[in-house]
Amino acid sequence: METQKSYKKVFLLLFVLLIAFFLVNISLGSVAIPLKDIFASFFGGDVSKSSWEYIITQYRVPKAITAILVGSGLGAAGLFMQTLFRNPLAGPFVLGLSSGASLGVAFLILGAGAFGGFLSNALVSEWSLVLASAFGSFLVLLAVLAVTFRVKDTMAILIIGLMFGSVTSAVVAVLSYFTNAEKLQQYVFWSFGSLGNQSWNGVLILTICVLVGLFIAFFSVKSLNALLLGENYAKSLGVQLKRTTLLIIFSTSILAGAITAFAGPIAFIGLAVPHITRQWVTTSNHRVLLPAVLLLGAIVMLICDSIAQIPFSEYTLPINAITSLVGAPVVIWLLVRKKKLLF
Amino acid sequence: MASENQHSVLKVTNLSIGYSHKKKDTVVAQNLSFELNKGELIGMVGANGIGKSTLLRTLTGMQKPLAGTISILGKKLEEYHPLELASLLSVVFTEAPASKNLSVLEFVSLGRQPYTNWMGTLTPNDKEKIDWALEITDTQKLSQRKCFELSDGQLQRVAIARALAQDTPIIILDEPTTHLDLYHRAYVLKLLKKLTKETEKIILFSTHEIDLAIQLSDKIGVLTTDAFYFDQPCKLIEEGKFNALFPEDIILFDAKTGRFTIKD
Repeated sequence: METQKSYKKVFLLLFVLLIAFFLVNISLGSVAIPLKDIFASFFGGDVSKSSWEYIITQYRVPKAITAILVGSGLGAAGLFMQTLFRNPLAGPFVLGLSSGASLGVAFLILGAGAFGGFLSNALVSEWSLVLASAFGSFLVLLAVLAVTFRVKDTMAILIIGLMFGSVTSAVVAVLSYFTNAEKLQQYVFWSFGSLGNQSWNGVLILTICVLVGLFIAFFSVKSLNALLLGENYAKSLGVQLKRTTLLIIFSTSILAGAITAFAGPIAFIGLAVPHITRQWVTTSNHRVLLPAVLLLGAIVMLICDSIAQIPFSEYTLPINAITSLVGAPVVIWLLVRKKKLLF
Repeated sequence: MASENQHSVLKVTNLSIGYSHKKKDTVVAQNLSFELNKGELIGMVGANGIGKSTLLRTLTGMQKPLAGTISILGKKLEEYHPLELASLLSVVFTEAPASKNLSVLEFVSLGRQPYTNWMGTLTPNDKEKIDWALEITDTQKLSQRKCFELSDGQLQRVAIARALAQDTPIIILDEPTTHLDLYHRAYVLKLLKKLTKETEKIILFSTHEIDLAIQLSDKIGVLTTDAFYFDQPCKLIEEGKFNALFPEDIILFDAKTGRFTIKD
């Protein structure tokens, strides 16, 4: 696909913004830490207070990296789904992927609780959480795809996504009836969504998952561009539709599943970030669009997380609430101002 | 094979088209045989629902034939790798591109996909082909416009440019004249005519514009409920085949003017 404009400046700006917001995100929190000390703790210099160094390296940096991974991953997942379903309203949350992931996690946490004792502790490890949630989102995506083969209607697909959301909450309600309060609390806190409290080990697992998901998608960039023309055109251009679709679904499930496992169901990032990106980067070429979405997704998530921290206070808001507060108005604004959402 | 027509590119033998559903075949048309030669403009006409689209879908490999064979350059259609086929046959569908946010340049350059590397990088040769396609369809000025900003006539020209960029010896168009006014219908068909003469491409299109097709096509395929006729338009007129197109209660084909008129 030919793209005449050069987007070097946009990428440079996005990159600078990413670094800036990364540093801002780390310096803000219940205690404000000056930039000087942040750099000192990065490069092994003298930090004014030893507790600061601990806060930065063990809490804030893992959290900021998680934010970057979550924002980039969900943004990319949203972009892929909008192209795959050729639907501007598609996104991991809207289509019920996050619900599917939640269901997987609910079965794991609450179901394991029902089995009781020894088994439950063994089951709920970081990896099993990732697997359960990726599997849940994979199943939902397959179901949605099966529906799109039969119904070509945009609305129907979105309604199916909503239905999965309802089914999830119903199943969770049933499961919670049979579990103890402790497990239920664990699930409820997970479902609020949180970027913090990640161990370095957890961050590593999340990084691997996101990289694997993006790696698969990276090889589908050309086919994704062809899909912009519609299925028939893509086929006539020699694209192997089934293989491409499966690869993209696989990539999206890993991204959305792993992220949901670690950070809880996070709304609107997947839907809104690709649209915000398209306001700046006016091409539809995924070779340009995907990196821009990755950068912008990371920036938006860092901002949301900084707000959720409520700087200089001890309160932390659920990240899911902030992304909804930021994301929903953006989507409404795009619909009202631009009259239409394009993908 | 060599003793046969050397210009023959696409050959259809005893083709049956239709849908196979749960072991039950629904035949739409059968015993279709025809041959397409280099540089020919071919129109396919037929009443609504007679199977023009099914035939085109079968010819482009989107749908499997129930019986018979389609071969391109002596090799059966189903034996081609999708990418190989994409370099021989391009299609212009009735539908607009799914993403209206594509710019004209992006839309046309996607025609180069069968030839580009895994990242879709365009070589100078690709860009040359794209420029040529834009120029011959007179769409260079539109190249930076988005698809949603185009009129139906412009969009059709751009869609043809995309097929030209794909650089295939055969182009198949599904009803390229729908939604267009008379001027643009004639414009599009004349453009196709010009392309067949200048590039030696085979261009096959389905249409409801029977009078325009008669004036411009080298050969016409007439799909009726009972039979399929394929010949030069003047011969089809002589033999009175066009009257078989529709029930004869309201309109009749006038052999002198080459068009349908309302029955008194």
